[in-house]
Amino acid sequence: MSQINRLNGGQIDTSRSLTFRFDGTRYQGHPGDTLASALMANGVRLMGRSFKYHRPRGVLTSGSEEPNALVELRSGARQEPNTRATTAELFDGLEARSQNRFPSLKFDAMAINDRFSNFLTAGFYYKTFMWPAAFWEKLYEPIIRKAAGLGSLSLQDDPDEYDKGFLHCDLLIVGAGPSGLAAALTAGRSGARVILADEDFAFGGRLNSETFSLGEDAAAEWVARTLAELNALPNVRCMIRTTVIGAFDHGICGAVERVSDHLPVPAPGKPRQILWRIYAKRTLLCAGAIERPIAFENNDRPGIMLAGAMRAYVNRWAATPAQKVAVFTNNDDGHRTAVDLIAKGVNVAAVIDPRPDAPRVADCELLAGAQVTDTSGRLGLKFIEVQLADGSERTIECGALGVSGGWNPNVHMTCHQRGRPVWDAGIAAFVPGDDGPAGLTVAGAADGAFSTHAALTTGASQAAASLEQLGIAAKPVDLPAAEDTPVNLKPFWYVKGGKGRAWLDQQNDVTVKDVKLAHQENFRSVEHLKRYTTLGMATDQGKTSNMGGLAIMAELAGKSIPEVGTTIFRPPYTPVAMGALGGRSRGKHFHPVRETPSHKWATEQGAVFVETGNWLRAQWFPKPGETEWRQSVDREVRAVRGSVGVCDVTTLGKIDVQGTDAAQFLNKVYANAFAKLAVGKTRYGLMLREDGIAMDDGTTARLAEDHFVMTTTTANAVGVYRHLEFVHQCLCPDMDVQLISTTEAWAQYAVAGPNSRKLLQKIVDPEFDISNEGFEFMACREITVCGGLRARLFRISFSGELAYEIAVPTRYGDALIRRLMTAGAEFDVVAYGTEALGVMRIEKGHAAGNELNGTTTALNLGMGRMVSKKKDAIGSTLSEREGLNRDDALALVGFKPQDSSAKVTAGGHLMELGTPVDASHNQGYVTSACYSPILNSSIGIGFLKDGANRMGETLRLVSPLTGSEVQVDVVSAHFVDPKGDRLRA
Amino acid sequence: MIINHPLLGPRDSQEFTYLGDASLIDRPDWQAENAVDQFHDYLYLRDNPAGSHRELWFHETGDRSWLVVTRDTTTHEITAVELARDVARARGRSK
Amino acid sequence: MSSVPILSTLKETVCVLDLTPLTALGGTTARVDSFDGLRISECPDWALASVAARLGQEPAMASAARAFLGMALPDVARTAEPDPFGVFWIGPDQWMIEAPHDTHESLAAQIKAALGDTASVTEQTDGWVRFDLQGERCHDVLERLCNADTRSMAPGSVTRTRLEHLGCLLIRRPQDDHFSVLGPRSSARSIHHALMTAATSAI
Repeated sequence: MSQINRLNGGQIDTSRSLTFRFDGTRYQGHPGDTLASALMANGVRLMGRSFKYHRPRGVLTSGSEEPNALVELRSGARQEPNTRATTAELFDGLEARSQNRFPSLKFDAMAINDRFSNFLTAGFYYKTFMWPAAFWEKLYEPIIRKAAGLGSLSLQDDPDEYDKGFLHCDLLIVGAGPSGLAAALTAGRSGARVILADEDFAFGGRLNSETFSLGEDAAAEWVARTLAELNALPNVRCMIRTTVIGAFDHGICGAVERVSDHLPVPAPGKPRQILWRIYAKRTLLCAGAIERPIAFENNDRPGIMLAGAMRAYVNRWAATPAQKVAVFTNNDDGHRTAVDLIAKGVNVAAVIDPRPDAPRVADCELLAGAQVTDTSGRLGLKFIEVQLADGSERTIECGALGVSGGWNPNVHMTCHQRGRPVWDAGIAAFVPGDDGPAGLTVAGAADGAFSTHAALTTGASQAAASLEQLGIAAKPVDLPAAEDTPVNLKPFWYVKGGKGRAWLDQQNDVTVKDVKLAHQENFRSVEHLKRYTTLGMATDQGKTSNMGGLAIMAELAGKSIPEVGTTIFRPPYTPVAMGALGGRSRGKHFHPVRETPSHKWATEQGAVFVETGNWLRAQWFPKPGETEWRQSVDREVRAVRGSVGVCDVTTLGKIDVQGTDAAQFLNKVYANAFAKLAVGKTRYGLMLREDGIAMDDGTTARLAEDHFVMTTTTANAVGVYRHLEFVHQCLCPDMDVQLISTTEAWAQYAVAGPNSRKLLQKIVDPEFDISNEGFEFMACREITVCGGLRARLFRISFSGELAYEIAVPTRYGDALIRRLMTAGAEFDVVAYGTEALGVMRIEKGHAAGNELNGTTTALNLGMGRMVSKKKDAIGSTLSEREGLNRDDALALVGFKPQDSSAKVTAGGHLMELGTPVDASHNQGYVTSACYSPILNSSIGIGFLKDGANRMGETLRLVSPLTGSEVQVDVVSAHFVDPKGDRLRA
Repeated sequence: MIINHPLLGPRDSQEFTYLGDASLIDRPDWQAENAVDQFHDYLYLRDNPAGSHRELWFHETGDRSWLVVTRDTTTHEITAVELARDVARARGRSK
Repeated sequence: MSSVPILSTLKETVCVLDLTPLTALGGTTARVDSFDGLRISECPDWALASVAARLGQEPAMASAARAFLGMALPDVARTAEPDPFGVFWIGPDQWMIEAPHDTHESLAAQIKAALGDTASVTEQTDGWVRFDLQGERCHDVLERLCNADTRSMAPGSVTRTRLEHLGCLLIRRPQDDHFSVLGPRSSARSIHHALMTAATSAI
């Protein structure tokens, strides 16, 4: 089929042809076409089936407000549902499919719903499917989901990339029609930083769809000249295919730029879309107006569309929906459609205007005082029934009908911060109120100024006013003379009488009768009306339908439209792809990764890594022949306890604390005393929240009188730093203390095991004495290693063995671990990962994140006596609360299964023998468990009521989650070397 | 939202971490007779006004200043931004 | 993509080590990536130290710093360019000092010796990875990554900003179209990936 409905002219490039497919059929169009205009040019009116009743539908509009012509674009992983054919730019090879039909668009089996429409009226979900309750989930919902609804997802990963970005400007102009262009010219010439954004792929707005002249020129020439000037101004950024989706707090707007939607696939490395966050000092909304339909019986047949859209298809895209058309309008603007179509050679059968005094504008039959009462044509319009002024009926043959009930200013963005539009009786429409977002003003048709002259002048004047508020003087711009036709309309919302259905909201299949039913059932607030009937929901947010529903509600309630009020619009203006919201943060780039200094070396060793927060840490280091992780971990633990091992502990947070009050400050933030810690010594510190619950722990070393280095747990490093700054700035502002994070600056390794000293002696420069006497347990010192490299050495132990932590500048971290492994070869040194680290700390009964879990106190952790009562530390007062100090308070103890082959499960709960397994008999819970290769048994630590006094008791460890139950003995949490002889060796 | 930082000018609230009521600055005296009760009220009893609210924000990806921001919780209008350190000193906090 | 050698084995204060340092990206040479109108280079050759004035010592610290640096400490959100010491503001009464790593590997110790008890000084050299963006397209790339208004940032100014979810320092150098991004060193690979992706996307 050739382009039988293609006309001459328009903003399409007929020198090139583009081939595309719709439901498998090949068609041709031209650059500049949308999918809708190209289908129309090819004589295709039927483009989809409706949501609920599967009624055949075509295009209603020519823009992003389209409720009907939603299609699936592309195929495979790029399949994209619910795309408006009216905004989809045509490209060569485009594949589109209609939605919501089975097996085909022309024969849709689900159209049977249309016959049962009496059961599917407003509120049908609530009424019909309420009983029995179980049927909803199992029966009704799956059926409804399949029958109703829109397009389908590919269920594959989106292969395209999406980007995000940030822009700054003095003035953001939303919409590049006549008002937006005049505003941009005014602001651009003044030197202000301007962003001009338009959702269309051509600037000019409504000028592209009209035949107006501006001054001496055709509108297109003025648009081209204006754009050329704007593009040449370095202070103006013109953003095409960019929809401003929302106005957020304090001048922040969101915008989606569709960089590659008009291409078959994005160019390599280029994003499909970009989500911009725009910081605008002022925003000028020049979003134009949206035409509204009139409801009458069977007004949803393909071929029935808004009059302005019909004019746009003819003027901009040189495509007519049919060779013979009619127009139904209650206002003068609708008559323009007839004039323009006649000028393009289309046969206009009649203009039907319910106003008895309708003006004669077009050179065709005028039926004043008449109205369209019904239509016919199964898959597309064939005839309209017209009731004439004298009451007689007439049938008119036509393939398309342009309908206009007037225009609504596009107030969407003015509502985004709960602004309420106000009624303007002069144009019978809502216009922006004065309670819109701060800094946002409105010009042109969006403000109810509908003529081209008014759009140009208000655009320029509102831009100048916005800039004046910023202290930028704007010079007046010469604007071309333009039409200044007044609005002339008589409100007319729906045609009364008749038994059939008159459609208000074509996307949700809401009829005039549904609104009446809602009213009858007392859903009379507009918000209730919306939710009960679904009027104005879904992807178009009722841009074309809300007004009709409100007008009918008002009539039924005997109120005026402004008395009934209006629902307000919320962002986004048009639907936004989830991919655009995610941006680059997806898959393995969902969050940044932190690598340890030994990462490269560990990778070479074949280490298995685990994510701890953003960090990637070596979990264990498999050796050849080891087939199961426990083999590696057991070997690493035995090697450390038997000789020596090295573990990267860089991830622990490190905070430099300096100042003359540094010791006093640490006394404030740690529950235990720090003021008297000697220089050259390290101490374990427990940090509480103000409510007395343990927050974090770690060791803090005193490098000088006024210089400490605090360590935090890996997970809490950021939160602890924030807390310290809070205590300093908000509670103790006059303390002389300075804080800064140094986590990344130092590569830090634990060197643990009986041979650790011997190993370190091989790399620590000989002038430093690290013998047991020269560098005793908990000592710290700044030293040099490997012939002069500055380093820090701490004699601290998490494993319970003789152990050290050594830190060097991070760039030498890789070299240091290689050196340690080489030097340690004679001791059979191993590298050990976080699993072995965990096993050894459980064997030693050291608390970690599982124990400092946000519910436990110092007392629970067995550190009650550490909380100094002689000083004011964060959390010390409230840790004295009675409820936290009960006799049977939970205490950290160890557990060993009676059967050494049984497994202790972390998360399991403890019950006494012979009691029911329920919350009231719960004695406590296991927080950490592992297999101890030293004890040859599974072991655990956890919290038990009055645990310190229950050593030797046998309990049941029950895990309903895993269905396991084992008998365990209560033992000391210090399974290995309880007296600590090894770490002092 | 945009927070007008006293030192750095307008900054996106995305750069900040929110804590809550600025009354957290008024930490009770640990040696008071009824210190536990005072700390209890300090920690758990807060006003939740629909309107002007003084609250603490930390410039986490900024200069690490704690700020006291006076914000209308119904409109998000911000009427004052102060360095928490200055507020704390003005309210008698020292060491 | 080319590489320039990292010159970190020449020391003035310590003997030559046989330990090979790695750049933040894990190489022995610094990474350089070139685009049309933009060069992204890893800059490992700078030593860093933070200084913070002790309470009540602010004037004393300022004058000691002026004597040591040969220039005044820059004002809020401003920088002073290396000669040989560069300085940038990082917080109230807090600055970062940069100097060539070859000649100032023990920068923190040198500064502490000069400022004494007027300041707290902390070594920061390897706390950060630095990438320099040079070329007229730098704004187009940075606007994809952070909310800083780079086009209106004054030359010689600094801001901390969020880039790839990370707190980073962004410095506009006095030269045209030259920015330094300093981010947490452990995330060098993620930052580099973000810079490369944004550059590929924008250029």
